[in-house]
Amino acid sequence: MRGLSLPAATLLALCGLAGPARAQESQTPPLVHQHWSFDGILGTFDNAAAQRGFMVYQQVCSACHSMKQMYYRNLTGIGLNDDEIKAIAGSVQVPGPLDENGAPTERPGLPSDHFKSPFANDTAARAANGGALPPDQSVLEKAREGGADYIFAVLTGYSDAPAGMKMQQGMNYNRFFPGNQIAMPQPLHGNDVTYTDGTPSSLDQEAHDVTTFLAFAANPELNGRHQMGVKVVLFLAFLTGLTYAVKRKIWADVH
Amino acid sequence: MAGLHKSDFPNPVINWIDTRLPVFTLMQKEYGTFPTPKNFNYFWNFGALAVVALMIMIVTGIFLAMNYTPNVTMAFDSVERIMRDVNYGWLIRYVHMNGASMFFIVVYIHIFRGLYYGSYKAPRELLWMIGVVLLLLMMATAFMGYVLPWGQMSYWGATVITNLFSAVPAVGPGIVTWLWGGFSVDNPTLNRFFSLHYLLPFVIVGVLFLHVAALHITGSNNPLGIEVKSPQDTLPFHPYYTVKDSVGVCVFLLIWAALVFFYPNYLGHVDNYTPANPLATPADVVPEWYFLPFYAILRSVPNKLGGVSMMFGSILVLFVLPWLDTSPVRSCRFRPIYRQLIWVLVVDVLLLGTVGAHPPEGIWVVIGRVCTSYYFLHFLVVLPFLGKLERPLPLPESISRPVIPRGGGPLPGAAPAKPMGKP
Repeated sequence: MRGLSLPAATLLALCGLAGPARAQESQTPPLVHQHWSFDGILGTFDNAAAQRGFMVYQQVCSACHSMKQMYYRNLTGIGLNDDEIKAIAGSVQVPGPLDENGAPTERPGLPSDHFKSPFANDTAARAANGGALPPDQSVLEKAREGGADYIFAVLTGYSDAPAGMKMQQGMNYNRFFPGNQIAMPQPLHGNDVTYTDGTPSSLDQEAHDVTTFLAFAANPELNGRHQMGVKVVLFLAFLTGLTYAVKRKIWADVH
Repeated sequence: MAGLHKSDFPNPVINWIDTRLPVFTLMQKEYGTFPTPKNFNYFWNFGALAVVALMIMIVTGIFLAMNYTPNVTMAFDSVERIMRDVNYGWLIRYVHMNGASMFFIVVYIHIFRGLYYGSYKAPRELLWMIGVVLLLLMMATAFMGYVLPWGQMSYWGATVITNLFSAVPAVGPGIVTWLWGGFSVDNPTLNRFFSLHYLLPFVIVGVLFLHVAALHITGSNNPLGIEVKSPQDTLPFHPYYTVKDSVGVCVFLLIWAALVFFYPNYLGHVDNYTPANPLATPADVVPEWYFLPFYAILRSVPNKLGGVSMMFGSILVLFVLPWLDTSPVRSCRFRPIYRQLIWVLVVDVLLLGTVGAHPPEGIWVVIGRVCTSYYFLHFLVVLPFLGKLERPLPLPESISRPVIPRGGGPLPGAAPAKPMGKP
């Protein structure tokens, strides 16, 4: 903010940019903008990347992070077919109806089930993670300043703490995490999963893919929203022109 | 047919209704032939835009309420369910969410229009004051609506704002408990905010009716700020201003749609996508952008009661504005000094908005205090004195003959107040 001229700063206020204030506290470098398939007004999710990302989520992230807002049936949105989804849902056990004695039962998951959470409740999640609660990932992409760029940056921002930095017990150094100390150990190292489509699973690739999947989970409506938006905006632009022409015609004789 | 209204609508059904309940005559009179100054610029669109915004907010809000659950354990999830599983729920919610911002943008420009062209001056004082009531109602509605998704900013915003009332001497803490319906922001608070958030828009509709009724008694102000003198100064509202307002509505909807479809979360705060957690305070609690200037005023005063008084005072001062401004001339076009100073006020308020977005540290505290001081100085000192000191330019004879007969009055068409480009 400091480099901006006064009028520019005031204009920023008009746009409601409350963001820049928050970065001052920690020494995190500015986020690098990655290329995302869902960027811009015409962007759509790259289904192949989102499917690979789902694989990363399933095999790595979901060990600790829940995704409570998602149903297995939502995976049609990244191009999985009904049989694949049935197989994915069926691979977990979820609470079923009570049996005739009133005792709880379990049954295989269905596409209409929520994603199964790794822990029964937040207390159990904290207990298993050294006191830290792994945040639910359903809308994580919308809940962090910087969105997808931030998630990618954190996933790839681990390193050894710089000399002289005092790390708290059980914390890990991350360049991009506010305060630079994050409870989550480095989750991805490269080659954590074997992609079925033969894509090499480098760290960057995995981080990019799982971020795409998280962006999908947070904005499952994005493809349709962009598509409809283009039509609506074109229509309104046409209507504006038409209305303005009518206005000119009606006002032509007013002096 | 004694007692029946005399109508001469050719359509027999319309005529039958109108003789018994002259709503068609009313519409014809107030929106058809209603004599309207012929020299409006596009600033005069913003009243109509605010009405459009209100209507869209009410319609989308009704559909949201059908699918929303005002309970602390379910509110956040029910909003996400609207986004994911309700047919076009994401569209309804994003329209509503961004609608609050769009509504405030047009109302702020509408208010600026009133300030610039002196629309608050006699005989339109009451019209203006009803407008300030509308602004207050809108703010209350927006604040309570922001609490409903029960995200982190919802919860902590509600906590900060309701706690302001604790500054009231003696009864303050009691008032806060009463507002909360408990000893912290909790389920009872969410329930009553939902109820009031549904109620207040209809109160706004009622007060808006008074606003429009008062407008149709005094007639509209206009960019020259002089009264209508003859029928030559006016045009029938329809089709001239219905079509001109339609142009504005199209552009307004275009911008709104672009936000909704392409940048739906641009004006929001990321923390509101994290469910409310009474045990974790966000790094910085900030209100939505449209409250930032008032938030800055609040935080500029080191004393809590003082800050609260100043914040409410910054709006209450608008109630007495018609009597603070002593200049007999309405339009800034003919007030050479005030025309500069009103832009100082605009920059002042924008700066306050910037200050409100930053933690109250260092230079921001200083800027906040200077801007707060100027805000009140402008209304309480500058306006009363300027009216007496300033020499206004000669006013045109009438709207239809804007050129001053002898000597160098300004041509309104050439006046530098080309407004659309500025804000």
